[in-house]
Amino acid sequence: MNRHFSSTNRSGFFVGLAVLAFAGILAWQTALIPHGGAYAQVGPTIVPWMVTALLAVLGIGLMIESLFQRAPSSEDHGEFGIHALSWLVLGLLLNLFLIAPLGFIIASSLLFVCTARAFGSTRLLRDAAIGFTLALIAYIAFDRLLGYRIGGGLIENLF
Amino acid sequence: METLSYLAQGFSVALAPENLMWSLVGVTIGTMVGVLPGIGPALTIALLLPLTYQVDAASAFMLFAGIYYGAMYGGSTTSILLNTPGETATIVTAIEGNKMARKGRAGAALATAAIGSFVAGTIGTILLTFLAAPVVDFALRFGPAEYFALMVLAFITVSAVLTSSILRGLTSLGMGIFLGLIGIDLQTGQPRFTFGIVELLDGIDVIVVAVGLFAIGETLYLAAYRKSAGAELIVVKDSIWMKAEDWKRSWKPWLRGAFIGFPLGAIPAGGAELPTFLSYWIEKRLSKHKEEFGHGAIEGVAGPEAANNSSTAGVLVPLLALGLPTSATAAIILSAFTSYGIQPGPTLLTSQPELVWGLIASLYVANVALLVLNLPLIGLWVKILQIPRPLLYGGILVFATLGTYGISQSVIDLALLYAMGVMGFLMRRFDFPVAPVIIGMILGPLAEQEFRRAMTISQGDVGIFFQRPLSLTLLVIALVAVIGPLAWRIIVKRKMALR
Repeated sequence: MNRHFSSTNRSGFFVGLAVLAFAGILAWQTALIPHGGAYAQVGPTIVPWMVTALLAVLGIGLMIESLFQRAPSSEDHGEFGIHALSWLVLGLLLNLFLIAPLGFIIASSLLFVCTARAFGSTRLLRDAAIGFTLALIAYIAFDRLLGYRIGGGLIENLF
Repeated sequence: METLSYLAQGFSVALAPENLMWSLVGVTIGTMVGVLPGIGPALTIALLLPLTYQVDAASAFMLFAGIYYGAMYGGSTTSILLNTPGETATIVTAIEGNKMARKGRAGAALATAAIGSFVAGTIGTILLTFLAAPVVDFALRFGPAEYFALMVLAFITVSAVLTSSILRGLTSLGMGIFLGLIGIDLQTGQPRFTFGIVELLDGIDVIVVAVGLFAIGETLYLAAYRKSAGAELIVVKDSIWMKAEDWKRSWKPWLRGAFIGFPLGAIPAGGAELPTFLSYWIEKRLSKHKEEFGHGAIEGVAGPEAANNSSTAGVLVPLLALGLPTSATAAIILSAFTSYGIQPGPTLLTSQPELVWGLIASLYVANVALLVLNLPLIGLWVKILQIPRPLLYGGILVFATLGTYGISQSVIDLALLYAMGVMGFLMRRFDFPVAPVIIGMILGPLAEQEFRRAMTISQGDVGIFFQRPLSLTLLVIALVAVIGPLAWRIIVKRKMALR
């Protein structure tokens, strides 16, 4: 027994360690901030140091807490579905890398299709049609209402 | 009775056709995002922040306030019909509301929720109307030290209240303050936490953080940990007009909910969740029908629904009078003030009376509009609930892209958005609350400003925070809020051990 418990606690320990490591990065970055000479006492580094210290203490606190099992994770997260997550991540990456060369409408349509797939849709053509229409309407509305063109692109240049 | 004449002026602003239209658009969008699980008012307002470049300030704030109010109304519909809370503030409503719906009393549950929201929303707005000016008078005496102490108190309560662990809440807050510090320090011109990236010199946009955490993070989480069992949508069979018995059992919970929600919204207690839980607990204790609780007691819907709406009005008191946000949504509304170059705080009421009173008057209008939208038009919202999940989340992500990439057209912003999404996913997975990040990010730089002002006045003596009685009191309360729960746990453990 207790297998579930010990695994949550181990993850809790590593979460604390990650927070502490992050505080380490902040300390390094804070040390790089030049302090403001005459205003040394209330300079630009004092609050960053406070945040760094806060996160370091909290990181250690989270590690200690995980050892004593004071607050085991209350929520049951359910089964981890790598398949669905992969589709979603694929969609986000396509959007990120294609939005500049191909334009908002195509990139977002692809994102829409991949997201729908991640959430279990198998009707590719329907999703593509809806995603495309949605992106097109959004693009035109943005242009007409706000006066902003969301960049150029294959479809966008037709207008 | 000065207040009433200001309010009358406010109504003349709020009822101007253009403003009225924005207000109505706001409550409609608000109800829609309230109904849709996974999208909340904070995310929606963040996505609509680009509007502030085109629309005048009064209209934009009426739109935002309408969304904030509307989400509270709409959230209950989802809780009742789908047993999935549309908003975090309507979790409690799902307990009794969905049970009522299963018994064929969906109409009565929706009606008591909507009418209760109207009654409490209106009471809350009346309290806001008459409290705004006195709070401002009080706040005008605040110096930087008091402001800093007040913000520290807000930080602590927002992170400590209602999060599973104060350590996690404070960690979220610390991350938020870190995000807020990124960019050039306005007082000395030094770059901070920019990691050598030029784009970060201007700081990170709150839209990127809010949309990343709420939209991308939440979608990633739901994709990775999708619950297999689909929730069942219940059809409304009965009349949406409540029976005499329902009215009799609802009106007291409405009033109690209104007076629980308002003060808890006004103090920094982390938004609308706490008052709903408290109201539910009180109604359960006071009810003559205790046996019905857990099986569809109407009091358990009426009270919490009233409480969440009046807490929304309560949240606006510190926001408008002090410039202090006590919920993630309020924090994002606060950032809109800065986008208009309006200084939030006690001077707002005198420098922008048309804006503030117009906004308050628009809330009365919004409540009436929402009652109409949510009862006779309930069929429309049920249709929206039937949007298939794959299309809903696809749409959310397209709008997330639009909101962040649309104005800046910077791929770096999009990459930052996804980085925030990954952070939101991890936070959700490891049970860290997200709201303190937003509040820390927006309030953090303001708190730093007050801190440095106070320290400059005292010539570097930290004692200034402890010598002034009000600031000391606020800091002591903050300390109690941190240590109190810990001490309580230790005492309980000791007692258990002694047995």
